[in-house]
Amino acid sequence: MAPNISPLIIFLASIITSNMILSNFLGMCSYLSVSGEYRTATGLGMAVTLVLVLTTAINWLVYQYVILPLELVYLQYIIFIMVIAALVQILEMGMDRFTPDLHAKLGIFLPLITVNCAILGVTLFMVIRSYNFVQSLLFGLGSGLGWWLAINMLAAIREKMAKVKLPPGIRGPALSFIITGIMAMAFVGFSGIFTIQ
Amino acid sequence: MDFGAILKTVISLAAVSGALSLVISLAEKLLNNYGTCELDINAGRKKLSVKGGSSLLSTLAGEKIFIPSACGGKATCGLCKVAVTEGAGPLLLTEEPYISQEERDRHIRLSCQVKVKRDMKLLIPEDLFNIREFLCELVEMEDMTYDIKRLRMKLPPGQTIDFKAGQFVQFYTKPYGKVKEEVFRAYSISSKASEKDHVELLIRLVPNGICTTYVHTALKVGDTVRLSGPYGDFYLRGNCEELIMIAGGSGLAPIRSLVYDVIEKGRDDLKMRFFFGANTMRDFYYMEEFARIEKEHPNFSFIPCLAFPKPEDNWKGAEGFVTVALQEQVQNGENREAYLCGSPGMLDACIRILKEKGFTDRTIFFDKFT
Repeated sequence: MAPNISPLIIFLASIITSNMILSNFLGMCSYLSVSGEYRTATGLGMAVTLVLVLTTAINWLVYQYVILPLELVYLQYIIFIMVIAALVQILEMGMDRFTPDLHAKLGIFLPLITVNCAILGVTLFMVIRSYNFVQSLLFGLGSGLGWWLAINMLAAIREKMAKVKLPPGIRGPALSFIITGIMAMAFVGFSGIFTIQ
Repeated sequence: MDFGAILKTVISLAAVSGALSLVISLAEKLLNNYGTCELDINAGRKKLSVKGGSSLLSTLAGEKIFIPSACGGKATCGLCKVAVTEGAGPLLLTEEPYISQEERDRHIRLSCQVKVKRDMKLLIPEDLFNIREFLCELVEMEDMTYDIKRLRMKLPPGQTIDFKAGQFVQFYTKPYGKVKEEVFRAYSISSKASEKDHVELLIRLVPNGICTTYVHTALKVGDTVRLSGPYGDFYLRGNCEELIMIAGGSGLAPIRSLVYDVIEKGRDDLKMRFFFGANTMRDFYYMEEFARIEKEHPNFSFIPCLAFPKPEDNWKGAEGFVTVALQEQVQNGENREAYLCGSPGMLDACIRILKEKGFTDRTIFFDKFT
């Protein structure tokens, strides 16, 4: 049974209080490595959002109409991953063919996020929390926007920090982790507004 | 029961992956089919017909042209740079962090991010493009001095080596005596760049040197020798009026090749002064040859420098280390390029003097023994 939560609350909560990066620390790999420049981070954020919406939708259908009826729940991880990988591949090929401009801005990030754990994470949360289709869709969209928000914030701060003189030990990934930690603590402040799990 | 569960797992997984593969293959066929593309490498030096649709990096690797890459195509190492002058499309966001403005002007791209979708024109560093392995036959071996041998090797029939004068090859030894493993060392080519079916090296016996001991004691005429190359960025630039060439010992090798290169290219406008340093009379070699070149070509002058002349040597040339002659005879760095090859000590001393005279890192080229 789907929980009785308004899809809108799920949407807002997944951006602010249950942010994929700042409260679940998922999708860290590309979050850390592609946050050096704001423009690049924006592209990746868009791509993650798009892929999240599409994969949650398709994986919800796969779960309801393939995995559950055939009693393949024990294989769900592997099936979800394969579906995500295939979808991203096809999406990239299609984008490259039909909208080269969009591909140049967005599509090039797709191979980078095939194995982004935020994508699988959202699918698995959706299954664990037994969301219905609309809830899942908004959960995917919200999580994507939240991920985008987080990487853009980190990229903006890192662009400013690039001009600052820092002790050698703190430069690079160490600093990114510290910034992320502070942002995560700040986001805890939102937790009273609404919560999902 | 268990058997049934295993069977079911295998069948379901096979079915799911089969279905997905089918969808991807269809998509690949419909969406990713760019037909055959022509790759033109280094302005017509090599032309390839390849199947479009993959990254430039993997397409080139399929054609046995290996661009260095550490991350395997994820745009995180920034090593796989190649200049694409035509057919690459706009610079992608994934490439931007790795490509400087100056590189953008030179059309440098990350080959792992650029997809082959149409005909392309590429510029690949000759080094990467040109390196090959040769199994040569040692046809001549001659003592040039008491410790320097000249080796002349014949390339296998039909094979040629395309090198720029001044470049080097790697020379591979075979196990000999107590040395149980193969080692390789770099030696500059001393023969003419126009002679593409032979390679000559000058190898000085280094006390306890594995490779040089092999050459001086174990190697015989008729043996098979393995070489790979050419490598290196020590070659003629020639954007000047005069070349100052400096060598000591077997450092003469690349300079000899360079001198012949300038002559064969007909660059009579380019003056050359070759300072050749030796400690004693018996370290000199190729003296008649360079004296002859000096006589035949007015733009070349040969300045052998003898550090410790003995009375019986009857030496009439420059005395002292090369640095002395350099200090006295080279006025300034204006319109001059310097090419140096020799021991680190000698090179450092010479480079210091050259810089005092106004030569810069852009006009000093050297090949240091290591």
